[in-house]
Amino acid sequence: MQKDYEDIPGTFVFDADRSREGYHLNQFCISLRLQKNREAFNADEEAYLDGFPMTPEQRDAVLKRDWNRLLELGGNIYYTSKLAANDGINFQNLAGLMTGMGVEAYRDMMLAGGRSPEGNRYKSEWEDK
Amino acid sequence: MARIVAGVGCSHVPAIGVAMDTKITDQPYWQPVFKGFEFSRKWMAEEKPDVVFLVYNDHCTAFDASVIPTFALGCAATFTPADEGWGPRPVPVVHNHQKMASHIAQSLVLDEFDITIMNEMEVDHGLTVPLSVMYGDKTPEDDWGVKVIPLAVNVVQYPAPTGNRCYNLGKAIRKAVESYPEDLKVMIFGTGGMSHQLQYKRAGLINPEFDTMFLDKLTSDPVGLSKMPHVDYLREAGSEGVEMVMWHVMRGALDDEVVEVHRHYHVPASNTAVGHIILENKDYHDSRGKVAAE
Repeated sequence: MQKDYEDIPGTFVFDADRSREGYHLNQFCISLRLQKNREAFNADEEAYLDGFPMTPEQRDAVLKRDWNRLLELGGNIYYTSKLAANDGINFQNLAGLMTGMGVEAYRDMMLAGGRSPEGNRYKSEWEDK
Repeated sequence: MARIVAGVGCSHVPAIGVAMDTKITDQPYWQPVFKGFEFSRKWMAEEKPDVVFLVYNDHCTAFDASVIPTFALGCAATFTPADEGWGPRPVPVVHNHQKMASHIAQSLVLDEFDITIMNEMEVDHGLTVPLSVMYGDKTPEDDWGVKVIPLAVNVVQYPAPTGNRCYNLGKAIRKAVESYPEDLKVMIFGTGGMSHQLQYKRAGLINPEFDTMFLDKLTSDPVGLSKMPHVDYLREAGSEGVEMVMWHVMRGALDDEVVEVHRHYHVPASNTAVGHIILENKDYHDSRGKVAAE
């Protein structure tokens, strides 16, 4: 099916296809909303993850805290941010990690007004980067 | 009868809640964010609505991926602030106007808006941050001082409802409120936005031109604005900027003619452009002889 939002660079649109792919990964992430689950996960990550039938790639990305890979494998930011919160990483610092800029440079960019839409609307604009 | 007199548009950035909860609002980073709500808090204290109908989105807190209602109306007696992964916000429990909420639920379904009814629901920053910025600091022992009817809108899994659908839902909400017999003063909040992208390599996108256009057209061309396709939000205002469809619910519930009495715009709060607007129905505004600020 044609998707008119697939040509936006550096962006995942969390549609039904992504939602299906990421279902168990996202359900794992949201389980960390509760303190008792955070404690169980932090006590033994591997054992806790056994309760969620995600793919080996998703499981590996969780264990490695590979934030972009989690999104590539169907994770959604509002879910993966629960894993980040468990690790003491807030939304802004998570964004700093996902952009590859690092926390400081990202914060500075935001203070300077954020990322301009100029040059960031279409994938074709990113091809030379 | 009950009537809606004014609407509030407002971002609901979680970090704004954290800043209030940790008492750092006077730091240079946060001071300009909160400065823009000084007028609003005075205005709320003067206006004293009986009920706020609050349109927001849940951020994978009350709803996990197993159930994704497009529109979910809170009909419970109370709504407890949720633990979103970093502990619950230390703010009051939210009290519903349960009879009016049930009335609105019935009216909407009969009006062919097939909403989901929530008789148990925790609420996250999407709902509590707008209350905090508009009502100021509160402790869990306090009362918000207003009844709140929450409407949670799915904007997490694509597609969110269209702007047009949201705008028309606003009209149906107004009809429901106006058919409620008790003489109550109601306000409607549309929350979320403005431009922001939280995820992946384009995170940090901010588009002040888009945001300004959006704020302007709420008064000058709300119907035209409500026709904007999702891809325009995603491309121009960032993947999470699509939250702004919720402002159309607020706008649809107001009169065709409104008066903008306050606007605030600031970049950044965390990853996000903070936008805030107060619109009064023109008839209501004129009846009080108020002069528009600025």
